[in-house]
Amino acid sequence: MIRLLAALGAATLRMLAALGRVTLFAGDALSHIARPPIYWRAFGSALLQIGFFSLPVVGLTALFTGGALALQIYAGGARFEAEAVVPQIVAIGMVRELGPVLVGLMVAARVTSSIAAELATMKVTEQIDALITLSTDPMKYLTTPRVVAASLVVPLLVAVGDVIGILGGTLVATLRLGFNTASYLQNTVDFLTALDIASSLTKGAVFGFIAALMGCYYGLSSSRGAAGVGVATKSSVVAASVLILAANFVLTEAFFSA
Amino acid sequence: MITLTDIHKSFGSTPVLQGATLTAQRGENLAIIGGSGSGKSVLLKCILGLETPDSGSIAVDGVPLTAKTRPTFLNDFGMLFQSAALFDSLPLWQNVAFRLLHSGMPQPKARDIALRKLARVGLGPETADRYPGELSGGMQKRAGLARAIATDPSVIFFDEPTTGLDPIRARTINALIRDIVAEAGATTITITHDMSTVRTTADRVALLHEGQIAWHGAVADMDAAQSPQLKHFMMGPVDAIGTDMR
Repeated sequence: MIRLLAALGAATLRMLAALGRVTLFAGDALSHIARPPIYWRAFGSALLQIGFFSLPVVGLTALFTGGALALQIYAGGARFEAEAVVPQIVAIGMVRELGPVLVGLMVAARVTSSIAAELATMKVTEQIDALITLSTDPMKYLTTPRVVAASLVVPLLVAVGDVIGILGGTLVATLRLGFNTASYLQNTVDFLTALDIASSLTKGAVFGFIAALMGCYYGLSSSRGAAGVGVATKSSVVAASVLILAANFVLTEAFFSA
Repeated sequence: MITLTDIHKSFGSTPVLQGATLTAQRGENLAIIGGSGSGKSVLLKCILGLETPDSGSIAVDGVPLTAKTRPTFLNDFGMLFQSAALFDSLPLWQNVAFRLLHSGMPQPKARDIALRKLARVGLGPETADRYPGELSGGMQKRAGLARAIATDPSVIFFDEPTTGLDPIRARTINALIRDIVAEAGATTITITHDMSTVRTTADRVALLHEGQIAWHGAVADMDAAQSPQLKHFMMGPVDAIGTDMR
């Protein structure tokens, strides 16, 4: 029993220590935002990598999810003769929940892993040490541009995902379920509120921050060697995904329980 | 002049440096030799601020190297890493001109300097826009050397400059280092276990053994030195081969 408690305590302490390290890391990354030099090229490159190049995967994910959601809601609604709620539920489901969460998870899969692998490889091959000897702060040059870019561009990805998801639902509803396109879209627009959209974009910013931060944290704190790169990549995606889902619950609670 | 006094550094419960004390005079070419795990690279990392010593002091021209003063000194340091450590995402000329570009130099001027430095290490202008991954190990080492001398630093560090190269390329790199350092009149500290690098590039040698400087002296005095650790280091590989043969 004592051993079990000791193991539990040790695990808790390790978790708290990790949380502390991540918090300090985040604080350090954010503290560089306003302090020159600002690496605009690195920032622009991060915007392109995280935002533009994630568009195809985000678009496809949202399109299929919106379509499947329309089918599910239609089938479920038919059980109590409420098929007409499809546009409203697809809209609210995509904008409040599925859009931000799916985009966040897609960004975690695509961007977090890529950042962690890149930075861990840079560490293995002494490129991080080289940056320091060239009078460049790795945190300022590698982490801050990525974290800021992700926080700004993921909300835009979420907005695109929301729209494509609703369009996916519209396509299925009109082509497969016999809804009128104009009235479907009108119902969607009428139903959504500013709070729905604000919550979607806020979630996007938070999820983008988490995704980039976890990639940078695990990449820069990886151990040496090829195995270290693998561990950093895997751990970063797992941590980012779990934190995104946890943050989603907290934000949903904050936005809609009041 | 770089002065290291009583440097101690441990990783966990494993002591690596145990009171290393050493001086590199201005304009001197000092080689630090020692077996694997003797602490050579850790000593170099302590000077560059990549590791923090547990105790002891490091000073450059009498000024203590601290977190506050290090950025100023780093501007005057050049470094050739064991793996060259070129940035994969940048073309060669931007690697060489990295510090120049980040100090605000206009791109055309920085590129011009980078091309000259690349030419100095035997890399033609056709390599300037290629990425490190497209180059051989020897070419990467040359590019790393070009980056180390891009800002004409007064102190250049070399970490195992010939590791991973075949004997012919190793000789070429050693000769390049010797000539470039002579031209620049820079102080150099070279970490190596390659005695041909020591004999080609260094004036003075320090042997690091079990975290301490076990012997130091002129390269010319090395063969006649009575230090058992130095003799063992210089003859070690031969003994090992002899043992294997027996």
